[in-house]
Amino acid sequence: MIATWPCPLADGAVSEELLVTIGEGDAASLLIIPPLFAEQNLMRRQLVLIMRHLADAGITSHLPDLPGWNESLLPSSEQSLATWRVAMSEAARHLDATHVLAVRSGALLVPSGLKGWLYAPQSGDKLIRTMIRAQGIADREAGKAEASDQMMDKGRIEGLQLVGWDVSSELFRDLQSADFPGGDLLTVISQEEAGGSGLWLRAEPGEDLKQAQQIASLIANSIPSSSSEDA
Amino acid sequence: MCTQPAQTEEHDVSTQEENLSETDTALKSIIADVLGLEAATVNEFTPETGLFGHLPELDSMAVAGLLTEMEDRLGFIIEDDDVDGEMLETYGGLLEFAHTKRVEA
Repeated sequence: MIATWPCPLADGAVSEELLVTIGEGDAASLLIIPPLFAEQNLMRRQLVLIMRHLADAGITSHLPDLPGWNESLLPSSEQSLATWRVAMSEAARHLDATHVLAVRSGALLVPSGLKGWLYAPQSGDKLIRTMIRAQGIADREAGKAEASDQMMDKGRIEGLQLVGWDVSSELFRDLQSADFPGGDLLTVISQEEAGGSGLWLRAEPGEDLKQAQQIASLIANSIPSSSSEDA
Repeated sequence: MCTQPAQTEEHDVSTQEENLSETDTALKSIIADVLGLEAATVNEFTPETGLFGHLPELDSMAVAGLLTEMEDRLGFIIEDDDVDGEMLETYGGLLEFAHTKRVEA
């Protein structure tokens, strides 16, 4: 089901953001947090596949947009990690989330207190370094040469456009020092456990049915089914 | 760079060959992941197989992902200055780069 959810903004206004919900089961309400920037587009198809498999296991899952993401009408250049974290916590509350599945840099936005899984989590620093590297390669191809250090300074001071994404100085600095949470509530799903390869590595969005089934099973197997006859 | 003692030279040569073959396997596995290719296809890569500029799948973001995966899986850091056209142009160039980095690491 495709709907919207009311995302509260820092200035007190509300932004209606896209929400994809799949499943009607009551075993769990799972909040899905996709990776940030380019990897979000590359992973969306695979995430929806995982959601379909979760629905078969009685788990309802939700994939909300945040301001500046995907279909959002708000510019990405005006967002910060802090506002995204608040927004994701609000989404969890609005959706009565019982669990969370965060993928790659989506792990930086996990609301505190939720049980769940981090699939191949990535730190903010590594995300920024990879985007800077990609921009550097594209610049060199275009005959421009700006060293990574210069781009880093520019990002911290005035913000910059990285591989097509407007990153504000605040978001840039936030990301540089952001790490994903640990603790007993969260379990890391490694690439070995998921099987196949990380689809965010590809140049085009792809899907891997077997991997989607595997990730959904890893999650479903550790959530007791409330609709099960054995329960 | 340190000079190896003479008595272990033979052993070092075979270790280096083992390292090269290990790097070759790991690098092919990373490329297969990035390009979404079967292992069998990547196993047919020769030193002359063209990469950046030859394969449309290898855009700047994919190359950046490739370099980051190499750092993670092969255990070295790639500096700005290391990345040039020659290193990325062919499989042989990339393998030689990765092997040298691993020996230095």
